[in-house]
Amino acid sequence: MTAGTTVSTRPQAGPPRDYRFPYFERATLDNGLGVIVAPVHKLPIVSIALVIDAGASADPVDAYGAAQLTAGLLLEGTRKRNGDAVSEQFERWGAAVGASADWDAAVLSMTVLAPHLDDSMALFAEVLLEPAFPERELSRLKSERLADLLQLRTEPRGLADEMFTRFVYDPSSRYAHPESGDVASVKALDRATVERFYQTRYRPNGSTLIIAGDINVADGVTLAQRLLGEWTGAAAPATVVSDAPARTTRAVHIVRKEEAPQSEIRVGHVGLPRSHPDYFPALIVNALLGGLFSSRINLNLREVHAYTYGAHSSFDWRKAAGPFVVSTAVKSDVTADAAKEILLEISRIRADAVSEDELTLATSYLDGVFPIRYETTDSIARALAALTIYGLPNDYFDSYRANIRRVSAMDVLHAADKHLHPDRLQLVVVGDSSVIAAPLAALDAGPVSVYDAEGRPER
Amino acid sequence: MRVPIVSFRLANGLSVTLSEDHTAPIVAVNLWYHVGSANERPGRTGFAHLFEHMLFQGSAHVGANEHFEIVQRAGGMLNGSTWLDRTNYFETVPSNQLAIALWLEADRMGQLLPAMTQQKLDTQRDVVKNERRWSVDNQPYGTWWERLPALAFPPDHPFHHSLIGSMEDLTDASLEDIAQFFATYYTPDNAVLSIAGDFDPAEARALVEQFFGPIPRGAGKPPLPPMDLPAHFGSWKRLVVPDAVMLPRLFLGFRAPVFGDDAHFAATVLAAILGTGKGSRFQRALVRDREIASEASAFTFDLAKASDLLIADVTARPGITAEVLEAEVVREIDRVRADGVTDDEVQRAVALLETALVSSLQSAGDRADKLSMFATYFSDPGLVNEQTERYQRVTATQVSALAREMLGEDNRVSLVYVPADSLADTPAHVEVGEPVGASR
Repeated sequence: MTAGTTVSTRPQAGPPRDYRFPYFERATLDNGLGVIVAPVHKLPIVSIALVIDAGASADPVDAYGAAQLTAGLLLEGTRKRNGDAVSEQFERWGAAVGASADWDAAVLSMTVLAPHLDDSMALFAEVLLEPAFPERELSRLKSERLADLLQLRTEPRGLADEMFTRFVYDPSSRYAHPESGDVASVKALDRATVERFYQTRYRPNGSTLIIAGDINVADGVTLAQRLLGEWTGAAAPATVVSDAPARTTRAVHIVRKEEAPQSEIRVGHVGLPRSHPDYFPALIVNALLGGLFSSRINLNLREVHAYTYGAHSSFDWRKAAGPFVVSTAVKSDVTADAAKEILLEISRIRADAVSEDELTLATSYLDGVFPIRYETTDSIARALAALTIYGLPNDYFDSYRANIRRVSAMDVLHAADKHLHPDRLQLVVVGDSSVIAAPLAALDAGPVSVYDAEGRPER
Repeated sequence: MRVPIVSFRLANGLSVTLSEDHTAPIVAVNLWYHVGSANERPGRTGFAHLFEHMLFQGSAHVGANEHFEIVQRAGGMLNGSTWLDRTNYFETVPSNQLAIALWLEADRMGQLLPAMTQQKLDTQRDVVKNERRWSVDNQPYGTWWERLPALAFPPDHPFHHSLIGSMEDLTDASLEDIAQFFATYYTPDNAVLSIAGDFDPAEARALVEQFFGPIPRGAGKPPLPPMDLPAHFGSWKRLVVPDAVMLPRLFLGFRAPVFGDDAHFAATVLAAILGTGKGSRFQRALVRDREIASEASAFTFDLAKASDLLIADVTARPGITAEVLEAEVVREIDRVRADGVTDDEVQRAVALLETALVSSLQSAGDRADKLSMFATYFSDPGLVNEQTERYQRVTATQVSALAREMLGEDNRVSLVYVPADSLADTPAHVEVGEPVGASR
């Protein structure tokens, strides 16, 4: 070892500087539209998110995919101009605009430089309030979705995600089916369905306009009133989603991809709803199990065994219980070995309390990165959108770091024991069945079924 | 809007840029080493990237995997990446953790080798092989980003070979290679350091001097072989690749002015006119109007050496053959060549580029990375403040002239993926023009 070219003593951290999530104010217009303004004056830029109670969970049972198609069509033409003209006009102001629906909400979003805010907001309102839903664009968006579904058959990562949710949730649950709909449901979508979905769910009451960036509160509220004050309609009916599991015992599902050099593995079960009181302990459980680079599953599968480029776990937080899942891609011939290590790690974190040292790896990480998550107006707007969608308290961000630090090793053990269910795990593998089927059967992780790339059982 | 910049150089040649912003208690540390896959010797493809993995395996005073753990425990985010001609390492941490971030970077720049072992190399080699399987071999169209440079650069050119590397070459990499690469390229005079965010400049400077100052200057690196290339390919090269995909996809590439050149700004604007945003020509003509494509975009690689590439990336709709797809994309290319672009189109493209730039400059990490980029390629981090103006100076006349000059048939490469599988709705084994080769 050559001496003296580096300083051997690790420096200590200085005193931390205070940080607060950007200050924001709420208002409610007479038509019931909620408004949140978060002034952030660092750069001359503004991000907008209009949150509407029109997510995929609200899809009619015979029209899965309606929420995403409706949101997508907002940008495809208004009563005043066609889709080309809408896009061209937004883009000439440099506005980055998006319209999409996730499980719990539709979000119409925009980021634009402050000098173009007024102009682009007028078009934003037109897109929201006067969509034309042109037949031609509707049929085009449907075929683009069908093209995506076709591509999925040879895209192992997306296919594994899709198949995992299908095997985890009961077919009667909306969550068992793709957010954007499947081939049959998408083909059946028509203009009347979209029109009805829009009329029922796109209502000011129950929607919230979020404005984050280089603008003050009064100007933000005035802008909302001027452009969206005339929007009318009572709140949409509340949506309830079933999160019932497909089965309550372990099972192994192999989706065939012959000659695949790797297996895409998903292991998990129905997780927890966003409103669960154990949210913070569950966050820490996940961080330590597979959420961080230095988590148990990643260090085991990547750094100890070199089975993979990476492995991680997550809770997908939704209004009802989204999935808990461990995801990785491993060399085909070690598929069962890797699955075994994942099962062991899930059992291990339920068996013994984590050390204080390991606990603080997660708590100090989540505490420390908190300000780094909100550097951009877009990320601030998205955080406020989540606050709105999940009905979190106004002081949620201000108390977040204390809530993280409050989680103890015993809380982690209890949450892991209560919310991870080794006996219910569904193990889904997209890979070369000729290589992986026998070792997976020998793993004794549940009965093994084999499917083709469209999920049709083969035996 | 201007990013504040202070630059200085240590006696050992390390170039340092500081950019203060006290709006949040966050600081980004970003190091670019001026070495990438272009510097690999024959038989060692993928080595620069494998080496990047080894830099997270500890150094004289940092244990295996401790680098990640220390930064995450400090409340920071971190990573590294390897490109054709540079490798970067970066972390964003709470501002009171600046010292530990700098110390970690200095320890691995100064004393990496004491921590290197055969076992660590073997493990990271297998991790990288799995990265290759994940991102290239088991991903539809995944080979495009090694096939396209292979088509676009001559066989002996430093940009020709695979960045992620071949399995054989990865297998052959040894600890001696690590030692040699480290001594040659991981030296302070071959690196730039940028610090952006909430820090005290005098304190930051003192920390940099303390931690990086003692690291000796390198002995110089071997020059890259001559990289200059003619402005045009000189022909239209085509490669048809039957692959496990459902839809044909075309990458149509053009040799373009290098990043940093005045003409490169016009090339970026041209790419945005063709393929950025729903109002772009490809989206309007190929996706919306003629319904040929399910996805369509265009972009530049932003290579600062040899020549840049402008790439059109278009995926067919079900039922559209590779031949039709290519003919329709070429029709759009020929149209812009013949008729040029309008002021409105330039205005749209520049506005989008400007918003994207301001958006990214909000983040300390992105700001630091841009400063390092301009310092590495042009020895002038201040160029970050000239980008908007230079885009605004681009005229329709310039873009039209560039389109005429660089989009011709003598300056094209086509990389065409076609479904090899009977599952597909489109005919397999489509051959477009004269393929120069095919795989599988």
